[in-house]
Amino acid sequence: MITLPDLVETVVKIAFILGLTIGFYAPIIGWIERKQSAVMQDRIGGNRAAILGFTVIGLFHSLADAIKLIFKEDFVPRGAETALHRLAPVISVVPALIAFAVIPFGGTYNLWGHETRLVIADLDVGVLYVFAIASLATYGVVIAGWASNNNWSLLGALRAAAQMFSYEVAMGLTIIGLVMFYQSLSLVEIVDKQENFYHWGIIWHFPAFILFLTCAIAENKRIPFDTPEAESELVAGYFTEYSGMKFIMFWTAEFLEIVTISALCVTLFFGGHQIPFVTVSGLIDFLGFLGPNGANAAAMLIGVAVFIIKLTLLIMLQMSIRWTLPRFRYDQVMKLGWKMILPASLIWIFLVGAGILTGVMPAV
Amino acid sequence: MKSDSAPAGGARSGDATSGPPLAIVIEKYADMGVVIHTHRLHGDETVVVHAEDILDVMNFLRKDDRLNFDMMMDLTAVDYLDNQNLNPYLAEMNARFEVVYHLYSIGKNHRIRVKAPLAEDNLFINSITGIWGGADWFEREAFDMYGIVFRGHPNLKRILLYEKFEGHPLRKDYPKTKRQPLIGPRN
Amino acid sequence: MTDAKKDYDFHKESHTERMVINMGPSHPATHGTVKFLVTLDGETIEDIDVEIGYLHRAFEKECENQQWSGVFPYTDRLDYTASVLNNIGYALAVEKLIGLKTPERCDYIRTIIGEMARMSGHYTNLGAGALELGALSAFIYFVEARELVWDLLESVCGARLTHNYVRIGGLISELPDGFGLGVAKAFKKNRELWSDFDKLLTKNRIFLDRMRDVGGISAEKAIEWGFTGPCLRACGVPFDVRKAEPYLIYDQLDFEIPLGSTGDNFDRYLVRMEEINQSMRIVEQCLEKMPEGPINVDDPNWRQPSKDESSKKIESLIFHFKAVIEGQKVPAGEVYQPIEGANGEVGFYVVSNGGGKPYKCRCRPPSFALTSAMPQLVTGSMLADLIPTFDMINLIGGECDR
Repeated sequence: MITLPDLVETVVKIAFILGLTIGFYAPIIGWIERKQSAVMQDRIGGNRAAILGFTVIGLFHSLADAIKLIFKEDFVPRGAETALHRLAPVISVVPALIAFAVIPFGGTYNLWGHETRLVIADLDVGVLYVFAIASLATYGVVIAGWASNNNWSLLGALRAAAQMFSYEVAMGLTIIGLVMFYQSLSLVEIVDKQENFYHWGIIWHFPAFILFLTCAIAENKRIPFDTPEAESELVAGYFTEYSGMKFIMFWTAEFLEIVTISALCVTLFFGGHQIPFVTVSGLIDFLGFLGPNGANAAAMLIGVAVFIIKLTLLIMLQMSIRWTLPRFRYDQVMKLGWKMILPASLIWIFLVGAGILTGVMPAV
Repeated sequence: MKSDSAPAGGARSGDATSGPPLAIVIEKYADMGVVIHTHRLHGDETVVVHAEDILDVMNFLRKDDRLNFDMMMDLTAVDYLDNQNLNPYLAEMNARFEVVYHLYSIGKNHRIRVKAPLAEDNLFINSITGIWGGADWFEREAFDMYGIVFRGHPNLKRILLYEKFEGHPLRKDYPKTKRQPLIGPRN
Repeated sequence: MTDAKKDYDFHKESHTERMVINMGPSHPATHGTVKFLVTLDGETIEDIDVEIGYLHRAFEKECENQQWSGVFPYTDRLDYTASVLNNIGYALAVEKLIGLKTPERCDYIRTIIGEMARMSGHYTNLGAGALELGALSAFIYFVEARELVWDLLESVCGARLTHNYVRIGGLISELPDGFGLGVAKAFKKNRELWSDFDKLLTKNRIFLDRMRDVGGISAEKAIEWGFTGPCLRACGVPFDVRKAEPYLIYDQLDFEIPLGSTGDNFDRYLVRMEEINQSMRIVEQCLEKMPEGPINVDDPNWRQPSKDESSKKIESLIFHFKAVIEGQKVPAGEVYQPIEGANGEVGFYVVSNGGGKPYKCRCRPPSFALTSAMPQLVTGSMLADLIPTFDMINLIGGECDR
C-alpha cells in the first residue's frame, strides 16, 4: 500500500534524477566536452555565446545549440519508414534514462520520522535490470538505421547491432566477479557494503573496472569504439538522416549514457555516495549539532554531492579517453570484444572465485 | 625504417658503360626510319619518333638493360596549331599534335623525353598502359584535353571533365571564354 | 538452370546483393574533391571506381593565357598545402629555359621557404590522417605546428596559404629582420609538438592496427604506377629528386631521406614524420650557411625593377612597361624541370614559342599518379581501410585535378 509520503518521496526523487540527467548533465556534458577537449588540445574552446555580455565560460553554447537544433527543419528522407524514423530517437533516449531508477545516489536518512532511501526503486536484481534496459538501446539504433532508407545509416546500424550485442555479453560477464564478491544483485546493497573503504570495488576488482569501462564505452559507441557513427567512413552512421530535435535526442542519449556508465561505475566500484573512512551514521552523529532532522538532511546533501563529484570525475575520465585515442576498425572492435575482453572477464571470474574460496578476498 | 643518405648525385652521372640514353636510342634505331629528330635542348634528351612505332620504342626503352626506364613520369600532349614552325619536322609531316612522354629510370637515374607527332586527321596512337600501368590516367587526361585516342586503352573516357563536355579544352582553337551547355541533375 | 551445381551462386541463392555506395564528393573523407563508387560485399570492398575532376580549374588553359610571371599565383593553387614548392618548380623550369642563373642567396632562401612548405604539407597530411581516424587531438597539435610555420611564411611574404613568393630570376622580398630567431623559436615548439604527436600515435596500438599492413604496395608495382615521394620511399625505393638530381643548393646540404620497407600506410606515415625533422635540419643548415648578397638577378629583362626605381628612371620605366604590357619574352624551346614536392615529383614541362605567354605549361602532378593506383591498394580490404589509405596517398584536389 503506497502512502502519500511515499508517493511524494518517489515523485521528488524522479524529478531530481530527471533534473540531474536531462536538466543538468546533458547540457553540462556538452560544455565539459567542449572545454575539456579545448584544454587537452591547447585551445580556448567555445566562449562566444553570450547573454547580455555574459558568457559564463562558454556555458551558453549548450543553450544556443539546443535552441538552434529545436528550430531546425525536421527532415524525413524520401522513402523512409516515417513512423519508425520518428520513434527511433525516443527508443534510444528512454533506456539511458530509466536505467537510473535503480542507481542509489545517497544512503538512507530519517527525515521528520520518514525513512528516506535515495534510490527510486530498490530492486533485488538491480544489476540485471540495468543490463536488460541497456540492451533495449540497440533497438533505437537499429531502427534508426533501417528506417532512414540510406546506405550509410544501414551500414552504421549493422555495425552498431553487432557491436552492442557483443559487448553486452562481455559487459555482463565483467560484473559477475563483483556480484560474487558482494553476494548481491541489488545495487543498493552493493553500495551499502562499500561503507568500509577496504571493501570498495575498485580495490578488489580493478581489472574488472577496466574491462567494464571498456565495454561500457563500446556499448555507448564513443571513440575509440565509434565505428557505427564513424564520421570519416559512414558520414554519421545510423543518424545520418536525422536533424533538429530528433538529432538532439540521439545526442542526448549518448550523453545520458555517459552519465549512466559513470553512475554504474561509481555504484559498483567507487562506493556510490560513500566517503572513504566515514560511515553514514558516523556522519549523522558528527552533524548532530544541527538537530536530528538537520543532521540527516545535511548528511543527505553531502552524500548526494559526493555522488555527483565522483560521477563528474568519471565523466571527465571518459572524455579524456575519447579525446586521446583514434578509432578502431569494425572487425578489430569485434575481435577485441570476443577474443580479448570475454576471455579476460572469464579468467577474472575464476580468479575471484578462487580468491573467495581461499579467503584471499575478504567476506563482505 | 632504414635511412639512406646517398651521396649527392651518386648514381646520376651513370656508369661509363651505360652512356647517355639518347646515344643508345639513336644507335638502336639508326637508319630504320623510326626516329624523326633528336635534340638535347637545355640538357633534356629528346627523341621524336613516328607515332606508329611508339610501342616498339617504349618497349625498348623499358626493357633494355642499359636504359631500364622503369617509370613513366609524365604523359601529355601539345597542340602546335599555328606554331608548327617551332619544331621543323611538324610542318613537314603536317602534324598538329605531339604526344610527349617523360620517362625516368630509378636505377640508372637518367631521363628521356619521347615525342610522337600526330596529324589532326589521324589522332590515334597506341596505348602504353601495357608497359606502365600508371599511364592509364595520364592517357585518359590527354584524351580528355586534346581528343587523342589511345588504341588499346582499357577504359578511355574523360577524367577531369564530365562526360557531356563538348570539345577538348586544351586545343588551341578552343576559346578560353567558351561556354558549355548546362546539364541538369540527372533525376 | 541446366547444371544446378555448376550454376550455384551463393549470393543469388541466399538473396543477398552487393551494396553499391557513392562515397563522395560530398563525404567527410573525400574533401569534396573525389568520388569513390564502392561495391561492397558486407564491409569488404569488391570493386572501386575512382572519379576525380571535381576541382578542375583549367590550370593549363589559364597559364597559356597568362604572361610568364602571371602564372605564379596559379601554381600556388596546385598543391595548396605546400604552395611555395610549386612556385619554385615553375620558376626553375622557366629559368632553365632562359638559361638564367639566380644569385646564391636566392637559392638559399628558396630552399628554406620550400622546406617550410614541405613541412606544412606533411603536417596537414599527417594531421588530417589522424583526424580521419578519430584522433582529433593529434590533428590539432599538428595544426598548431603548421600555424607556427605559416606565421614564419607570413612574416616573409605576407600570405599564409598561397604564398606567391617566387619570381622568375628571384624573389619578391628579402627575409625579414630576425627571421633566424623566429625560426629557432618556432622550431623548438615544433619539435615539442612533433614529439607529442609521435607519443600520441606512433606506438598507439589502435593506430598501429589501423595503419599497419593496410594499403600496401610492392616496390615494383609502385614504380610501374608512377609513385614518387613519400609513398615510393615507404616501399624502400631511395628516390628523392633532391638527392637524385639536386637543384637549388641541395647538393651542398647534409640531410637524409628516410626509407620504409613494406610500403604500407604506417611506413608512409613514418617516412613523412621523419621528413619533417629532416626539413627542419635543412632549414637550420641553410640559415647557418646563407651568404649575403642580392636575391634577384641583375637583369631587368627578367626581374622587373622595383617600383621605386621605375618611377625615377626612364630606363627602368621602359623595362617595367614592356614586361607588363608584352610580357617577358622567354626564348623558344621546351624544358622539363622536376623538383621534389611534398607529395612526390612535381615536374613542370614548359614550352615557349618565344612570346610573352607560355605556349604550354604542364604540371606533372604526383598525387594524380598516386590516386590512379587507389583501386589496387584497397580492393579486397575493408571499407574502413579506405580512409587511412586515401589519407596517406594524400590526394590534394588542387594538384590532382589542376
